[in-house]
Amino acid sequence: MTADSDTAVAAAPRPRLLPFAWDRVALPGFILLMGLVFGSLNPNFFSWTNLTNVARQSSVLALLSIGQTFAIVSGGIDLSVGSLLAVVSVLGSMQLVAFGLVPGVVGGILAATLAGAVSGLLIARTRIPPFIVTLGMLSLARGTAFTVTGGMPVVGLPTEIQWIGAGSLGPLPVPGVIAAVAFVGAHWLLRRTSFGRYVYAMGGNEAAAIAAGINVRWHKFFVYCLSGFCAGVAGIVITSRTLSGQPTVGETLELYAIAAVVIGGTRLGGGDGSLIRTLFGVIVIAVLGNGLNLINVSSYIQLIVIGAIIIVAVGFDLWRRERRA
Amino acid sequence: MTEPGALVSMQGIVKRFGAVEALRGVDLDLGQGEVLGLVGDNAAGKSTLMKTLTGVHQPDAGRVFFEGRPVHFRNPHDSRARGIEMIYQDLALVPSLDVVANVFLGREKTRRLLGGLVRQLDERAMEAATWDVVRRLRINMDSVRKPVSLYSGGQQQAVAIGRAMSFNARVIVMDEPTAALAVREVGKVLDLVRDLKGHGVSVILISHRLQDVFAVADRVMVLYGGTNVGVRRVAETTMDEIVRLIVGAGERVS
Repeated sequence: MTADSDTAVAAAPRPRLLPFAWDRVALPGFILLMGLVFGSLNPNFFSWTNLTNVARQSSVLALLSIGQTFAIVSGGIDLSVGSLLAVVSVLGSMQLVAFGLVPGVVGGILAATLAGAVSGLLIARTRIPPFIVTLGMLSLARGTAFTVTGGMPVVGLPTEIQWIGAGSLGPLPVPGVIAAVAFVGAHWLLRRTSFGRYVYAMGGNEAAAIAAGINVRWHKFFVYCLSGFCAGVAGIVITSRTLSGQPTVGETLELYAIAAVVIGGTRLGGGDGSLIRTLFGVIVIAVLGNGLNLINVSSYIQLIVIGAIIIVAVGFDLWRRERRA
Repeated sequence: MTEPGALVSMQGIVKRFGAVEALRGVDLDLGQGEVLGLVGDNAAGKSTLMKTLTGVHQPDAGRVFFEGRPVHFRNPHDSRARGIEMIYQDLALVPSLDVVANVFLGREKTRRLLGGLVRQLDERAMEAATWDVVRRLRINMDSVRKPVSLYSGGQQQAVAIGRAMSFNARVIVMDEPTAALAVREVGKVLDLVRDLKGHGVSVILISHRLQDVFAVADRVMVLYGGTNVGVRRVAETTMDEIVRLIVGAGERVS
């Protein structure tokens, strides 16, 4: 017993919150399978140009999914992130036009973070559920984006902003690098800091978190600030790619962010999940969209396929959990 | 009135909720390393008395002494600072977090990174400390890195006790620790209580299961209608007598 314990201490220094089976084997396996199928149907799938394209296109979804993971693991949800993209796109663009590159980027990110802070304050301070608060914010933010622009796109942005969405760092696409850095940082935050631990605790058993003396209100507030911040960065990426402020941008993207999280195997109830799982969820959605495009499947059919995959993935995950329990 | 050398002494505790007098002048003494069974029917005042001890409630009258000195616990943080830990029946664990995370929840060990700029969880130190507690309490556990939801009710109880112990608890109040357990696990939890006693920790055991109280307690105290109706040495009483006190059929003492 004692010897076993010593071995366990030496061999398992890393925190393991759940035994991984699904996100270690099944989901990467599925991604690999998709790659093989798409690659054999269209050899261009594996070209560097296409793969960097996938990274560029999925970086916005990836950034939104990071914030969504924190919200869902904490026992909540953030429905507002798609609309926050429009706020950043519109307000960021106006500031880019008026004040230049750095004020525009900072101002855009700040706008989304503030919107997240408003949601966070309401969720932390009132008993209104996160679903309702962020549903309200979804409409509020979209409406604000339309109102300040009168429904028209904002144009005349400084062209240097394009580097963020279209530029390259060596062989790597800039938005892909941004998303990757964000994933690494967020993973560290969720798994290696007290804040991350409290995110799990709040979602897993809020009463226990309070009993343990954790400032649940403050940490909930911070979760939605973080989700807003992620939407802010994503909004800058999308603004750079469109080189304009679009009040319609990002519609229904919040649903894909939620889909990426749950396809990854994170439970909607909270207390459980990881950014590695979310990354796999994002890759599934990204590769599926790209691969179906390459083999000329219409975007209408793509919607059907993604819908089916969400249901099958969560169903499989539930079946796996029940079998283990 | 106070036994000499009592670690905790509660004297004349009165607690009212509106018109209801939940505690009507209750005395309680707890010695170092003593296991005190606290029994009584529903609404007899057991939970209220313990919540007064841990600072959840403030008494309307009466005094609490810790190591002979008067103390006022305004909240559970105050009592915890003195080494008084309460383990509630629902255990207050996070099922999806592992044993280490649960034991250290809310007071994680961290170490500084990047010249003190950020703090990262010190998993190694927390895991080592968790194994220390697991060994000290001789908890049968092959890994402290599995989510506690995968463990049995008895093992979860052990995790909750281990958490209290790692706070350097001197008094642990356990609310119905065996009520939700399979029969074969009850013995293990009672062994844990004996181990705590062996480490000099005082235990107040709230339980409906008199056989458990008689198995581990030194003394048993009976509440009836917010009054202390009797304290008996377990060696000098019978379950019949205690049952009579619980239902209010015994003669009143103290």
